[in-house]
Amino acid sequence: MKARVHITLKQGVLDPQGKAIANALHALGFPAVAGVRQGKYLELDLGNADKATAEKDVRTMCERLLANTVIEDYAVEVLT
Amino acid sequence: MKSAVIVFPGSNCDRDVAVALARISGSKPAMVWHGDKTIPKVDLIVLPGGFSYGDYLRSGAMAAHSPVMTEVAARAKRGVPVLGICNGFQILTEAGLLPGALMRNAGLHFVCRDVALKVESTESMFTRRYSQGQIVRIPVAHADGNYRADAKTLDRLEGKGLVALRYCGSDGTVSEKDSPNGSARNIAGIFNDKRTVMGLMPHPERVIEPLLGGSDGRPFFEGIAEALAA
Repeated sequence: MKARVHITLKQGVLDPQGKAIANALHALGFPAVAGVRQGKYLELDLGNADKATAEKDVRTMCERLLANTVIEDYAVEVLT
Repeated sequence: MKSAVIVFPGSNCDRDVAVALARISGSKPAMVWHGDKTIPKVDLIVLPGGFSYGDYLRSGAMAAHSPVMTEVAARAKRGVPVLGICNGFQILTEAGLLPGALMRNAGLHFVCRDVALKVESTESMFTRRYSQGQIVRIPVAHADGNYRADAKTLDRLEGKGLVALRYCGSDGTVSEKDSPNGSARNIAGIFNDKRTVMGLMPHPERVIEPLLGGSDGRPFFEGIAEALAA
């Protein structure tokens, strides 16, 4: 079983890296890009856990380590 | 005064702060490896600057879960003073011993230069040897020093006088342009509620002798040594 975790900065938290990426895209000739928010993507290999336990565990992992909930949001997707 | 400096893989200011503590308090600190589960009986624990775990995941995130941190948190809870400088400040926020978080600098650059700081509170063992509103010059060297917390937390820190230091201009005015990293309300250092835990981004241990380019960091360690003199 695998879990996919997306970690992004909370809405309203300034994302200087996203802003720099947007500027670089403008310089490359993509003026249509109105904004970029960057984040992290993690793929966890969970062995043979059952889906409900896996999802609960991954959420705990996000709360305790993977995300800093002061500034970041996370989304968990468990794939069977 | 007995102190301990925690050494993480990637710490690089551990020896500088050890020299500052030894010279000013007269007692050489114990260097404690992050994998240790015990810390000698000490009056002060220091989390030094550096790049623990190569800043993997987020600055300070991995170190905050090092084996030794359980004991650091337990001592902090019992009122043992804990000081986090730069990466040490990041570790303290990641470990939940101080509120808020330190994000990537607003300008994206690693900033390594002297900055002017305003001493906002002298009501602590760390800042007692400065005067209220004093402007000091201490270097910063970080990529993730942009302090963030929600408005409620910031109001609480300010209301209770828990903001220790703010980035300012050389004349002491505090405005956004004087912040090297975009920090909320120009915050450079804070205390916990009991003022026994302090985190700051600047490096006072780098300016303890005129030969090092300044001595504005010296009163910081003198205050600690004075407060904790046995």
